[in-house]
Amino acid sequence: MWLQEGKPYVLKVVREAEQRLIRDGSRNKEYLSITGIPAFNKLSAKLILGEDSPAIHEKRVCTAQCLSGTGSLRVGAEFLAKHYPQKVIYIPTPTWGNHPKVFTLGGLQVKSYRYYDPKTRGLDYEGLLDDLRAAPSDAVVLLHACAHNPTGVDPTREQWEGIRQIIRSKNMLPFFDSAYQGFASGSLDEDAHAVRLFAADGGECLIAQSYAKNMGLYGERVGALSIVCASESVATRVDSQLKLVIRPMYSNPPIHGAAIVATVLGDRGLYQEWTVELKAMADRIIRMRHLLYEALRARGTPGNWEHIIKQIGMFTFTGLTKEQVNFMTKEYHVYMTSDGRISMAGLSSRTVPHLANAIHAAVTKRV
Amino acid sequence: MAYRSRLAHICSSSAGRLGCLQRSGNTDALSSFRRLYSWWSSVQPAPRDPILGVTSAYLADTHPSKVNVGVGAYRNDEGKPVVLQCVREAERRIAGRELMEYLPMGGSAKFCELAVGLAYGEDAQALKDKRVASVQALSGTGAVRLFAEFIKRFQPESSAYLPVPTWSNHHNIFRDANVNQNTYRYYLASTRGLDFEGLKEDLKAAPNRSVILLHACAHNPTGVDPTPDQWKEISKLMKEKEHFPIFDMAYQGFASGDTQRDNQAIRIFLEDGHQLACAQSFAKSMGLYGQRIGCLSVVCADAAEAAAVKSQLEFIARPMYSSPPLHGSLIVTTILSDAALKELWYKEVKDMADRIIGMRTDLKKNLEDLGSKHNWEHITKQIGMFCYSGLTPEQVDRMTQEFHVYMTRNGRISMAGVTSGNVKYLANAINEVTKV
Repeated sequence: MWLQEGKPYVLKVVREAEQRLIRDGSRNKEYLSITGIPAFNKLSAKLILGEDSPAIHEKRVCTAQCLSGTGSLRVGAEFLAKHYPQKVIYIPTPTWGNHPKVFTLGGLQVKSYRYYDPKTRGLDYEGLLDDLRAAPSDAVVLLHACAHNPTGVDPTREQWEGIRQIIRSKNMLPFFDSAYQGFASGSLDEDAHAVRLFAADGGECLIAQSYAKNMGLYGERVGALSIVCASESVATRVDSQLKLVIRPMYSNPPIHGAAIVATVLGDRGLYQEWTVELKAMADRIIRMRHLLYEALRARGTPGNWEHIIKQIGMFTFTGLTKEQVNFMTKEYHVYMTSDGRISMAGLSSRTVPHLANAIHAAVTKRV
Repeated sequence: MAYRSRLAHICSSSAGRLGCLQRSGNTDALSSFRRLYSWWSSVQPAPRDPILGVTSAYLADTHPSKVNVGVGAYRNDEGKPVVLQCVREAERRIAGRELMEYLPMGGSAKFCELAVGLAYGEDAQALKDKRVASVQALSGTGAVRLFAEFIKRFQPESSAYLPVPTWSNHHNIFRDANVNQNTYRYYLASTRGLDFEGLKEDLKAAPNRSVILLHACAHNPTGVDPTPDQWKEISKLMKEKEHFPIFDMAYQGFASGDTQRDNQAIRIFLEDGHQLACAQSFAKSMGLYGQRIGCLSVVCADAAEAAAVKSQLEFIARPMYSSPPLHGSLIVTTILSDAALKELWYKEVKDMADRIIGMRTDLKKNLEDLGSKHNWEHITKQIGMFCYSGLTPEQVDRMTQEFHVYMTRNGRISMAGVTSGNVKYLANAINEVTKV
């Protein structure tokens, strides 16, 4: 049983968009501009910031098509290392394994703030606030927009507001990593809540968007970096400087995936279908969470397993130890990362019972 | 527009005050406030890219006779971009089948295998010995960038030597990778040919074990290539100095029309026993510009070393973009692994090369027919997509302002943008601005 990454599911709307592109004889394979497909950029900014975003209406957002989330983060990091006075970024503990390298190699110093509380398997809210309070003013703060990877633990709306206040009062710069919009709760707007909360207060921020999961375009490397600026003239200047970061990295971004996204986002029918497919994907994962939770309760597995249904998104931080994970791999052929993280996307109603058995055995055998 | 001062004087923190100003609707005060508190007030507008900026300027021009001979992207005789038939067919086969799964960090192994076979020749001993490390890269730019980062990490003492002139982005790439860079003489303006003596002197003078960037064929921007005998001399000289060759090969097949002639330089170096690297691009030769598909390969001492080098290259790619994009690699793999499609590609790339060679001949003839007193031999002697016309920056500016001809200010003309429809107009413009 493979629970390290879910098997990619190709969306119907993506297939449909692909067919339209292939059939369109007028399309060519010319170089995109350095910052990519303009329509894709506009639609991406609208997707994350909302149709009625004042920042967009005031032309204060510059967006560059980048290579999925990683590429967007890296370009953002290099831009900050060049132009931002405080070259340190605070990242949550834990975070996606690739984050530290992306920022370090991008030229920033990496520090961390408390995030996950193993005791509650939830958010260490007070620890988070304390660490941000203690951090230098002007520092950059990495925030997972929703469905925190790897823990699945997200702040509540009230907690997001508390985080926003600390960040703004200390003049810190938020850098959002948004890899699961629509995939977490099933609602694109709901999953964009935190980003929009920050954008609404008029302050500046960076947003790295990925279409790997929510459009299933993993291998095509589709993403966008948006920088919300204080004014239109600042946005224009920032856009020109972003180009100088990108050109010596890969000149211009790949067409295929972004063309698919632009086709889907720009067509009302396809967009609607997409929201339906997204909700179905999110619902399936939520259902798996409930199935697993019920299965553990049915077996009387010791411990509190509520976090399985409280956490959100693709991953669950089970709380299982390295030894327990090893045991499950050896005895039950369950493959997961040694930090106890499982990909819920890899589960099905057929396989949940087996996983529940494995967890039950690992926990009761006092491994 | 007056704002409600009751609100403005109450709020104290900058965030709060901003909120007040927003609510007040005073856009002027809001704007100046934002400028004051913006993180980016000191960000200056960046200069436009000297090459890519040309096309944006061209697109903005509404003049009916405008000509774009700026960026090196192939155009057919109607001046239209071309998607090769072999590519369309490959895409038809691929569509609906790919799962869009992440590629591994080093990209598609099958793609790499086919790419290096093309670059080095199928019968290259290094390939048979399995001692070539290769990773799929983001076209030529991405391949050179991976290489530069690799050098920085594993040969930090070595400086990179770039020819004068070279593709402008080469300098940006090595700079952003923090690799120390120098130059070696290459183009001789007086002959509009190779400064062979200067090149040899500079490579001799460079400290041993320097990294030398070489254009495998169809030098960009000059179109001036060493002859096979000159390549042999360069290879020997570099062996004596223990220099490391990195070949940038963006025009294989596009230069002479024959892929196994265009990689001659690489094969000469391999025979001489160099450990070399090659940054390959499929942008021009397969017309896959926007797909960003290329390959970086490094010839190593043995298979174990190749495995280690490959893993380190992947390690550099991971924090840059995790894994390369899938689509382009599928297209190339489909074409190169199907005998009929490969043949079709060979034919199509030869057709492109032949059209360009034909345009060179026409341009030169037109200039002569107009009675130009200058020597235009270099137009047909130079090879590949570009002609280093010899026009000065001021003359280039006149080309653009008076004749709406867009090209880069170093006088480089992309022959791919020349058509039977615009060659007379172009010749006339060149003649006018160069009249003595």
